[in-house]
Amino acid sequence: MIEVNDIHKSFGDHEVLKGIDATFYKGQTNLIIGQSGSGKTVFLKSLVGLHDIDSGDIVYNGRALGSLNNKERKSLRTEMGMVFQGNALFDSLTIEENVTFALNMFSDMSLSEKRDRANFCLERVNLPNVAKKFPSELSGGMQKRVAIARAISMNPKYLFCDEPNSGLDPKTAIVIDKLLQEITEEFGMTTVINTHDMNSVIEIGAYIIFIKEGKKAWQGTGDDILNTDSPEIVDFVYSSELFKKIRGEH
Amino acid sequence: MLVQKWTLSLGRYMMLLARTFKKPENFRMYYRAFMSDLELLGLNSLGIVSIISIFVGAVVTIQTAFNLDDPLVPDYYIAIATRESIILEFSPTIISLILAGKVGSNIASTLGSMRVSEQIDALEVMGVNPASYLIAPKITALVFFNPILIMLSMFLGMIGGYLASVGGVMSTEDFMYGLTVDFNAYHITYALIKTFVFAFLIVSISAYFGFYVKGGAIEVGVNATKAVVSSSVAIIVSNYILTQLLLV
Repeated sequence: MIEVNDIHKSFGDHEVLKGIDATFYKGQTNLIIGQSGSGKTVFLKSLVGLHDIDSGDIVYNGRALGSLNNKERKSLRTEMGMVFQGNALFDSLTIEENVTFALNMFSDMSLSEKRDRANFCLERVNLPNVAKKFPSELSGGMQKRVAIARAISMNPKYLFCDEPNSGLDPKTAIVIDKLLQEITEEFGMTTVINTHDMNSVIEIGAYIIFIKEGKKAWQGTGDDILNTDSPEIVDFVYSSELFKKIRGEH
Repeated sequence: MLVQKWTLSLGRYMMLLARTFKKPENFRMYYRAFMSDLELLGLNSLGIVSIISIFVGAVVTIQTAFNLDDPLVPDYYIAIATRESIILEFSPTIISLILAGKVGSNIASTLGSMRVSEQIDALEVMGVNPASYLIAPKITALVFFNPILIMLSMFLGMIGGYLASVGGVMSTEDFMYGLTVDFNAYHITYALIKTFVFAFLIVSISAYFGFYVKGGAIEVGVNATKAVVSSSVAIIVSNYILTQLLLV
């Protein structure tokens, strides 16, 4: 479980996060939604400690991120996996080397154990037979799945995904969404996904927070979002013609 | 305003160095990175260093012979001048400036690309110290290999001078005599001390500009240029300071 209490973050004079509270539970896909520029990415990067927050608390199962020393913070990070918007795969390394990178750095596993783990992770994301290839040899959807395989290689307790569907076709996007939901339930992870893809919201949104101009404007489930009267949510969700039609049919 | 900007940059540079020299998470992984950087930054520079050294050695000999064309000055003075020019200045300083262009732009653009594609963030989230993992092996590799490159450059520069003497600038016997007469081994020590310092400056300054890139492809290019300019200026200034300290 991750508890977020009244976090604020500014860059110079510009306050991006203006006091957000949220609780992300284990074993479910928690979604952060909002328009571009609303502060979603800053919020996600603050959660993992890539941005230091100005005030507030981020608590991982009783451990407040801000009060951890370097060693404790490093230890917490080995419990995290993250899928970046652009995948952030190491392009000079093979797929197998990418997936085993954290294992090579932090585990005492033998070479064959690390290979087995890499194969397990790659098979879990339906990517067998690519271990010896380089990221540039794979399609965008395959690279995304490699990024997921790398993120789960250390068997993390917390999985963070920044716009996992960006740049993917709708069918591949649904495959990625389902995969994230399955591994979250299967491995009992606390997963936080940053998205503005409404398909994802409806397909896998177990708990959703909507951020507008750096503040939490709404929270609820995937079912709630289709039935809410909140003007901000209605404006955001039904901005496309497709969703306006769906609403009309409802 | 400019002073404030420089002070801020100097502070960030120092903080980056402090992060760079923290204890590695896994020595085996760092060793692998060191070997890879040794090839990329050191071995891959052998070709250009060799070519430049031979030709500059030959040209220095010809130009010195042209300027010392006086019956009162013995011919072997040409070789002495060539030797001292190569050992004291050409090999350690000019070759380091060339490496600042070749190696510095490589380091800054590689780290800059990693920054904008979030690969550095990915390392950080994994719990790896990216400054240490990405920069320390590069500094170690070039500080280790630069003296070897510079020694090779000195040797090849003198070979170039010898080839110029074979070409008829002076007699080869005079040239060989001039290379050995009044030789001061301390000059080699002075040159090697300079190469250690220059190697450190090239890598650390270029890494600083690459590591803190903000933006996209254009900013990576801009910072790679800044890296080359700044490390070249740092080499020139430290060359003066070291010369003042070690030779005067």
